[in-house]
Amino acid sequence: MPPETVPASANPDLKALFLGFSAVGLSGFGGVLPFARRMLVDEKRWLTAEEFNAQLGLCQFLPGPNVINLSVLVGKRYQGVAGAIVAPLGMLAAPFAIVLLLALLYDRFGSLAPVQSMLRGIAAVGCGLLFATAWRMGAAIKDKAIFLPFTAFNVAAIAWLRWPMPSVMLAGLVLSGGVAYWKLGRQ
Amino acid sequence: MSVVGQLFLEFALLSFVAFGGATALLPEMHRVVVENHHWLDDATFTHLYAIAQAAPGPNVLVVSLIGWEIGGLFGAFATTLAMCLPMSVLIYLLIDRWESFSGKRWQQALSLGVAPLAVGLIFSGATLIGQSAGFGVGGWLLLAAVLAINLRLRGLHPLWLIAAGAVIGLLGLV
Repeated sequence: MPPETVPASANPDLKALFLGFSAVGLSGFGGVLPFARRMLVDEKRWLTAEEFNAQLGLCQFLPGPNVINLSVLVGKRYQGVAGAIVAPLGMLAAPFAIVLLLALLYDRFGSLAPVQSMLRGIAAVGCGLLFATAWRMGAAIKDKAIFLPFTAFNVAAIAWLRWPMPSVMLAGLVLSGGVAYWKLGRQ
Repeated sequence: MSVVGQLFLEFALLSFVAFGGATALLPEMHRVVVENHHWLDDATFTHLYAIAQAAPGPNVLVVSLIGWEIGGLFGAFATTLAMCLPMSVLIYLLIDRWESFSGKRWQQALSLGVAPLAVGLIFSGATLIGQSAGFGVGGWLLLAAVLAINLRLRGLHPLWLIAAGAVIGLLGLV
């Protein structure tokens, strides 16, 4: 990465990385990505908008939790190995503690009927939000006639036929990536 | 092998196919945790997903909850670490390489090719939660309403919907 792409004011130390990503982790409900973007690009200027998109692109292409991967990259960039460890720790530590506290409450009260009804209501909402996410991601795909059949293939294989995901993904990636490669060559 | 060791191995393997993040892994986590090992039942799996939705933090924390229910505190550490560590190390090592390949045809093809598959995974995850929750008519209606509202009103914070879902659930309508 050439030095001139680094925003001038930014040079966070380990503490700043930890605190910055803690704030992101704690403010995100139902996905922290928008909050990560606001902190990194708008508030702290640790990344420019273009850098954010490029690095997020890699994180979204690779498997694994996207925002964790992104925090590793930002941490590495400013503080090397130590930064790459501290940034994801900051993102995870406080929410991890909160979630385990909720788990303690669940173990204690989870068998009560009102708690179960409440959780079913939340699950229905969460499920609706997931469908909305899938819908939006699908709408953002270009050349839908060519690529959405691969989405359908994936849903049929995994949700309906219950084939194991690693082999389905491998086959899908070869086919879908192959078609994309062929299409890119024709442009 | 201890349960914690098994959890670590299973979730580390899963992390390599988590295209689209932890949410995309829900069907495969369900297979491993509910169907293969019988560590959790359908209802508990759904409840844990709901708790993760209602809590702040990255989506990946649903695996911490699953780890906690199966193996206690060490289970929670094992699943969380297993899900985050392998790809974090890989991306740390790969980033410079990847940036030097930017614009190459095969790189663009991979990025284009993985997107529709990730959509399929998220869609499958949503389908699976719907199935294992065993929603009644009210649940599916709520789900459809949330889908419509979230797509129409982008500015509305999802936390409002989650709070509404908790209330509607408490009233026994789901």
